[in-house]
Amino acid sequence: MADQLQLATRKGLFLLARRGGRFRVERVPFLGDPVTALLEDRRDGALYAALNLGHFGVKLHRSDDGGRSFVEVRAPSFAALEGGQGPSVAQIWTLAEGGVDEPGVLWAGTIPAALFRSADRGESWSLVRSLWERPERRSWFGGGYPEPGVHSICVDPRDPRTLLLAISCGGVWFTSDAAASFECRSRGMYAEYMPPERREDPNIQDPHRLVQSPTHPDVLWVQHHNGVFRSTDLAQRWTEVDAIRPSKFGFAVAVHPRDPATAWFVPAARDERRVPVDGCLRVARTRDGGRSFETFGQGLPEEHAYDLVYRHGLSVDPAGEELAMGSTTGHLWASSDGGER
Amino acid sequence: MPEIVFTRALERHVPVPARKVGGATVREALLEALGGDGRLRGYLFDDQGLLRRHVVVFVDGEAVHDRQGLGDPVAPGSRIFVMQALTGG
Repeated sequence: MADQLQLATRKGLFLLARRGGRFRVERVPFLGDPVTALLEDRRDGALYAALNLGHFGVKLHRSDDGGRSFVEVRAPSFAALEGGQGPSVAQIWTLAEGGVDEPGVLWAGTIPAALFRSADRGESWSLVRSLWERPERRSWFGGGYPEPGVHSICVDPRDPRTLLLAISCGGVWFTSDAAASFECRSRGMYAEYMPPERREDPNIQDPHRLVQSPTHPDVLWVQHHNGVFRSTDLAQRWTEVDAIRPSKFGFAVAVHPRDPATAWFVPAARDERRVPVDGCLRVARTRDGGRSFETFGQGLPEEHAYDLVYRHGLSVDPAGEELAMGSTTGHLWASSDGGER
Repeated sequence: MPEIVFTRALERHVPVPARKVGGATVREALLEALGGDGRLRGYLFDDQGLLRRHVVVFVDGEAVHDRQGLGDPVAPGSRIFVMQALTGG
């Protein structure tokens, strides 16, 4: 059972610990500052917190003592171009650790949609040009933000040179050569927000969140703007999971740490009304690869709930029992039985 | 020499005491104040070296006109205030 909970919020980094059967706030580093991404590096225990200071830009901090103290390290940035005409990092949207045999290697996904790599625990970063220079990038567009962004990075546990990224709105991208080259892998997804002739364009899909089964890495789940999709062949082909209830719209997805057929979602009513269906917040779980779903609401508000669980707002512990989710309206829920209560 | 004063909101993140600086323009004065401290520079300037959108600079009570080039002149007795713009919340 997980005894620690780390929350990246618009109001700081909340570090909770279970005491007497309940989670309590232990410390709040960066109180008042928006924390846009968080990574606990399983290789060395370091905790990374990305900030987006409203006035003073994007920052990255690292803690080597479990969040008691932080040092500011270098944040990813673009090279300055003549006349100041180049891009600037507007937000670090996700952070990922490299492979177990790549100590110090980190990946960062940003808005605008770029991938950065660090080989020295965030002391320096380099832009992954093979993705940035893809001509398709000109077709990408923002989803929820003015510019497109990389919000999901999956490092294949079998081979850390294999990565999958998800971009809102730019589809799913795959590399098997440590980011030397990329290919778009969104085939099977569809976009109802596009004109009919662009509906199946892989390059403009909006995967809201991508997760990979740790034990069966060929199995992937996506909560997309237009539904839930699953792949069993490392994103070569996506299949819609239309059994999701109570709706197919949402942002978050979590996959079971051992069972690739089990995944959780937190549906919202629909694109044009981003609140829980009928004001009743529910978690949807499948345990059969998406053929059927159960929905759970015990302990969650049953009426007048307006919470939206955003992309990174749902998490499951390494045992697959403890779930936690945080909403855009500032609520936090935890479950110790796989989301049932 | 012009004096440069940074908002307390910035002090929360990095130590930036008021100081006397040289320079005939806002840019020159700011760059001297920030020195080679790339970390501090990143709080006021974006990746492209432009003044951050939600940072505003006043010279003797007037907001600078040349936000891009920061070429507004400063006099030896000028007071330069680097503030957070409320556009940024």
